[in-house]
Amino acid sequence: MSHGFFIALSYILTALVVAGLILRAVVDHRMQVRALAELDARGVGRRSRRG
Amino acid sequence: MRMIRELANPTRFMSLSGALLPWVAGLAVLLLGAGLYMVWFTAPPDYQQGETVKIMYIHVPAAWLSLFFYMIMASSALGTLVWRHPLADVSQKAAAPIGAAFTLICLVTGSLWGKPMWGTYWQWDARLTSMLVMLLIYLGILALWRAIEEPNRAARAVSILTLVGAVNVPIVKFSVDWWNTLHQPASVFRLGGPTIHSSMLVPLLVMAVAFTLMGVALHLAGMRTEILRRRVRTLTILEAERLDAQAA
Repeated sequence: MSHGFFIALSYILTALVVAGLILRAVVDHRMQVRALAELDARGVGRRSRRG
Repeated sequence: MRMIRELANPTRFMSLSGALLPWVAGLAVLLLGAGLYMVWFTAPPDYQQGETVKIMYIHVPAAWLSLFFYMIMASSALGTLVWRHPLADVSQKAAAPIGAAFTLICLVTGSLWGKPMWGTYWQWDARLTSMLVMLLIYLGILALWRAIEEPNRAARAVSILTLVGAVNVPIVKFSVDWWNTLHQPASVFRLGGPTIHSSMLVPLLVMAVAFTLMGVALHLAGMRTEILRRRVRTLTILEAERLDAQAA
């Protein structure tokens, strides 16, 4: 295998892991915001200010 | 110290981090763009390794972040156990998956760099093995967070494990000096100054700062989400108690 293969694979795998971290952060944040909104809508909101 | 005490209020932290996050993330993207441009268009090939040295520009920042996030977790563990800072365990929990991800990147890119340079993907030398131990500690910490449901109990258990695992940080850093390893000795953060030529050192430092800002942005975002998750948990318990009281 050429050295180019190892360089390309390193950058691609790094990009995938970083993209996974960003995606996880966005999805998780949206899920919590939605859950808080649902609790608010049911009148449970104590001081559920969204961030 | 006063600032850390002021940040103990989660609402204040949410407001401050909400304002800070877009700037940190924006700066990270800008620096990452600049760093990648330097790596691919201005940094010269190494006289021995040729273009394969380009792996260094992601491998070294990932290794740095692996240790950086462990130090954040160890400081947060002290914050949880000693000062009982309300955001310390939030910080610790948010840092663990980021640190684990960068440790994985470090190991994988190191392996892919090792094959063409050393002729092998893996060698049980002190640096590689201690880095693998670091990944296992991160995974153990992540598993412990999931195993204990009550956040305060989980935080105390994780803090103890984190502080025990901190012994591995100096071993990773100094393994190349203490033992005879296949991995090269330190060439950037060393007493006598960097041994890398500025044409490679500058892109490497730009990439390191970009990775650090990216990690900090992810950490802030993770802490904000964790605060929301705890609000959801508290309100869900309150709702269940209210329903129980109505039924009784």
